[in-house]
Amino acid sequence: MSTILTVNNLTKKFGYLTAVKNLSFTIEKGNVYGILGPNGSGKSTTLGIVLNVVNRTMGDFFWFDGHTSTHNALKKVGAIIERPNFYPYMTAVQNLKLVCKIKEVEEDKIEEKLELVGLLDRKNSKFQTYSLGMKQRLAIASALLNDPEILILDEPTNGLDPQGIHQIRQIIKKIAADGTTILLASHLLDEVEKVCSHVVILRKGEKLYSGRVDGMLASHGFFELKSENTLGLRVYLEKHASFGSIKVENDLITAILKEDMDASELNQALIAEDIILSHLVKRKESLEEQFLTLTKNQVN
Amino acid sequence: MTRLLQIEFIKLWNNRISKILIVSYFLLLTSIALVAAIKFDIGPINFHLADQGIFNFPYIWHFNTYVTALFKLFLAIVIVSMMANEYSNKTIKQNLIDGLSKKEFILSKFLTVVSFSLISTLFVFIVSLVLGLAYSDFNEISIIFSDLEFLLAFFIKLVGFFSFCLFLGILVKRSAFALGFLILWMIIEQMLFGLLGWKFVSWDTAKMIKSLFPLQSMSNLIEEPFSRLNAVQSVAAQMGEKFNFDYQVHWYEIAVVLTWIGLFIYLSYAILKKRDL
Repeated sequence: MSTILTVNNLTKKFGYLTAVKNLSFTIEKGNVYGILGPNGSGKSTTLGIVLNVVNRTMGDFFWFDGHTSTHNALKKVGAIIERPNFYPYMTAVQNLKLVCKIKEVEEDKIEEKLELVGLLDRKNSKFQTYSLGMKQRLAIASALLNDPEILILDEPTNGLDPQGIHQIRQIIKKIAADGTTILLASHLLDEVEKVCSHVVILRKGEKLYSGRVDGMLASHGFFELKSENTLGLRVYLEKHASFGSIKVENDLITAILKEDMDASELNQALIAEDIILSHLVKRKESLEEQFLTLTKNQVN
Repeated sequence: MTRLLQIEFIKLWNNRISKILIVSYFLLLTSIALVAAIKFDIGPINFHLADQGIFNFPYIWHFNTYVTALFKLFLAIVIVSMMANEYSNKTIKQNLIDGLSKKEFILSKFLTVVSFSLISTLFVFIVSLVLGLAYSDFNEISIIFSDLEFLLAFFIKLVGFFSFCLFLGILVKRSAFALGFLILWMIIEQMLFGLLGWKFVSWDTAKMIKSLFPLQSMSNLIEEPFSRLNAVQSVAAQMGEKFNFDYQVHWYEIAVVLTWIGLFIYLSYAILKKRDL
């Protein structure tokens, strides 16, 4: 697997404020990465640095094997930062032609990419007449013009209506399915959870975690259980060595696992104990729950 | 290099206001030919401006380059806004993300400025040549092509002025403020001159220092041509005055402006490099 981006001990200070602190991570080809973190955690600053628009204070980064200059490497990258930026007085096609000139690629992909994001019928409208959702989709088309090695998206659904969010997500999924490496910065956890295989989690400019999404917490998941015999069930679970804490809300019991256990295994054991379940679900913590646990651990 | 010029061309030519301003600028350059049509016939006075010798070679090179340089303000607006709009539309950020280096970005703007100046110079050359051939009293080849250094001075004057505009566009980031600053700077130069002469050094020294200021050094390249006209000189002679100006283009004046051009472009690059976008 080849490396696309390497970041080493990157630090960025704005006056007294340290926006990014000693950050290191690598992006490998073929994965879908999420950069997660609350607002102001340094996501956009980090992307700004590797995209040549923000100057770093310390540390370094390089694209690909490190032998190409940043601006030449960026020709093989597609990126959108925050808001889509185009010349308002130019049409979609004119704007994309300009991008082709900058990236030094042929103009023959313009129609194809406009089709992909569903803007082909508006290709000759001026950018300033577009809605925010259309602008964002044009930005994606523009970022894809060079069939990039990696697509970088910074808060791509920010400010969009539900329909717009849905459209953008569909496009991202389609691109990811084609095997394009994607780096997605967002504070929306379900967004990242839906598309990403790897995450980098930032808080106040510091890296809390980087790696696979499912390896974030060393957890075995938990059971949600319901039974007529709530008390019997509870007593059984509390005695069982595999379970950690047990929570009861109304008559729903949540039992956190300390070691791996199959749902059918538990069901069989309970039937043997004459406890009949009316509800049995085995779940992993959602990214949101994992994220909150992780950030909470760091505070303590 | 052609790639950078093409990039700028797409940006400029698709902007309606820029297009109108550029076209009107070149129309104005051509319109200097209309001066030839100025004619008064009031009773016994027959006045035809073209017959007053303003279109004589080689004087026409001086006259036309001086007068047409006044129109440069039109292009100044285009250049300041082509720079400042990159900031207000945030397209400069997108350009860099798309893979244009900061050096290329500045170079593309500078090349545009040079092209504008080159085309203007060519325009003035052709218009003057045609006017001269039609009205000049002297038509020997050696006279026609003498004093061509005024064209060189014109070219450098434009590159200098437009580089200053570029620099202001980057520095101020808003086109209206940048143009305001340009006017303010004209006043500042005069005030500095006044202050120097009044309080610190002799007026002669102050004048010398002033000729090093950016705008003054550009305007020094081509001195006003009017007092050089025969008609004006003879009127002055009757009044007992004698003009004794030095109308020539001097190498050291060119050197000063070239230094400013280098400085403005370098500073623009330095600002862009240092700034977080």
